[in-house]
Amino acid sequence: MTAQREVILQVENLKKYFPIRRGVFQRHVGDVKAVDGVSFDVYRGETLGLVGESGCGKTTTGRTIIRLYEPTDGHVHFEGADLAATSGSNLRQMRRKMQMIFQDPYASLSPRMSVLGIVGEPLEVHRVASGKERKDRVAELLELVGLDPAFMNRYPHEFSGGQRQRIGLARSLALNPDLIICDEPISALDVSIQAQVVNLLEELQAKLGLTYMFIAHDLSMVRHISNRVAVMYLGKIVELTDRDALYSNPLHPYTQALLSAVPVPDPFIEEKRQRIILEGDLPSPANPPQGCNFNTRCPVAIDTCFEMEPEFIEVASGHSCACHLVKPKGPLVD
Amino acid sequence: MSVYGAQSTSDHLLELKNLTTRFYTEDGVVHAVSGVSYALEEGDTLGVVGESGCGKSVHALSVMRLIPIPPGKIEEGEVFFRGRDLLKLSDDEMRHVRGAQIAMVFQDPMTSLNPVLTVGFQIMEALKLHQGMSDEEARDRAGELLAMVGIPEAAQRLDDYPHQFSGGMRQRAMIAMALSCNPAILIADEPTTSLDVTIQAQIVELVKRLRDKLGMAIIWITHDLGVIAGLAQKVNVMYAGRIVERGTVKEIYGNPHHPYTVGLLGSLPHPNLDRDAKLFSIRGEPPDLVGISKGCPFAPRCDYAVERCLHETPPLEIAETEHLVACWEQERVERPQ
Repeated sequence: MTAQREVILQVENLKKYFPIRRGVFQRHVGDVKAVDGVSFDVYRGETLGLVGESGCGKTTTGRTIIRLYEPTDGHVHFEGADLAATSGSNLRQMRRKMQMIFQDPYASLSPRMSVLGIVGEPLEVHRVASGKERKDRVAELLELVGLDPAFMNRYPHEFSGGQRQRIGLARSLALNPDLIICDEPISALDVSIQAQVVNLLEELQAKLGLTYMFIAHDLSMVRHISNRVAVMYLGKIVELTDRDALYSNPLHPYTQALLSAVPVPDPFIEEKRQRIILEGDLPSPANPPQGCNFNTRCPVAIDTCFEMEPEFIEVASGHSCACHLVKPKGPLVD
Repeated sequence: MSVYGAQSTSDHLLELKNLTTRFYTEDGVVHAVSGVSYALEEGDTLGVVGESGCGKSVHALSVMRLIPIPPGKIEEGEVFFRGRDLLKLSDDEMRHVRGAQIAMVFQDPMTSLNPVLTVGFQIMEALKLHQGMSDEEARDRAGELLAMVGIPEAAQRLDDYPHQFSGGMRQRAMIAMALSCNPAILIADEPTTSLDVTIQAQIVELVKRLRDKLGMAIIWITHDLGVIAGLAQKVNVMYAGRIVERGTVKEIYGNPHHPYTVGLLGSLPHPNLDRDAKLFSIRGEPPDLVGISKGCPFAPRCDYAVERCLHETPPLEIAETEHLVACWEQERVERPQ
């Protein structure tokens, strides 16, 4: 899938801090470092999975890339232009090529708008189509996502969760985007419906040549849909590699623990599994630990981990990791 | 055991016979649970799986008699706990069962703890009520319980309020509370659904350890087929208010008979599945439980449905030893591998 290796999106040292303000004068007393310097590339036509536990900054990363949040620092190059420095009508133009679908299909669609209004809105806002042309395009889009175009005049409450997620997908496809950021698109859905939506996403990718950034906490689904996977912990990417390498040879202790915590729906495998159980909870991103972020829960931490932050380096071809204990080996691609 | 006046009785720890619960709403009658029967033995762990609206939570709330009446009503059936029909107990008698002998842990630990009372107070409440402990005894015991579920500096944390606990710690506190009176049965209703996967693993490990130590039976309700695989001995698969398949965990995962179970397992990405391979998806949506439907509830989504499935509801019958299936066409269903 990644044969062409054309970089469509390049994220460089992206940071997003949310200020903490206290007192009558709303003094700035600190920052929640939701995203703290992440860098990665997304290749055209691939699916990059972004996984991590709640509060690790995966959603904020997605939203900052698409400029729903203003980045604190860093660059986002999309098809050659720096998104983080763009504004006004240029930004609006770029957003046509980049869309997002959201987690909660109940909250992300306006209950007062019909399906025609919801799916057709981007066409009007960007003055692509109106009137009958718009209606035809909406019908086409609904068919594309497996909904009956006759439902066009209905309202979101008349649809189930899976159908609503299809409506959100139709809307995101309205402007023929190149990249779609999928923010936990299936986690609010029932198991049997999740498979329907994932199959649809894969079909559309093959048909329309889409690139996905797939943000999720469900590691088994990410494994199924992604070509490459980035693992986030407390605002940083700790490991990024091909999905097969990640699942068969995870290097970072956090990735190892995360994978071992995922229950496998197979009692024969579960019987023999040895789990790595992490102690404690995720530290607060407002007050991250000194040194390596993961040192409070890491089962193998050494002294260095409490003093120095590990660099995110390529340790094998296409396999990057941020851990003091993981040393580069084999031929490196510079 | 017939001192309680029940005509029939049961030798099992818990036995449900034809439990039927409905809700009378403005939109019509919701058939939440329809004729659920099964037995649970001492020390067993039973997994109850199904998607939202399949009646898995309502059946547990019916056992605990926590269904809001109205709009809910337990229409039919018996729930025998150590031979006594819980549905025939007075409210006062039921209060001595609930919490003391059958305890429940809920999905969202933030909404099931009272935010204005300290965690310690809430644990001590049950100890004082059910075991008649003094304040001091209860406080000591509450500290022990919090330590048992793995909360560091437990004695000091008794004075914390729920918001000072993380999600995982709150669920630990709920488990401590549920186990405070050494119940014979712990009903856990999606206890790890709102937790992160590393915290879920902690809680599952904790429950396994406590089960081995205290020997209680567990009913673990979830939509996550993965959690059950490593935890339960038996599984009930529910769909539209009915048990459609029941068996040992290895039978259900290794040799599923019901088309719904086969589909549900097929819709999960298995580690060995190729990326290019499609997930199996069950077409359509789970049914609306308003109004009475004839026939098999899964028939509209089923690839094997025949004329008979639309008219007659299949009973839960023995397919193989310890394996029950409710399907007319189970012989034709293609099983994985």
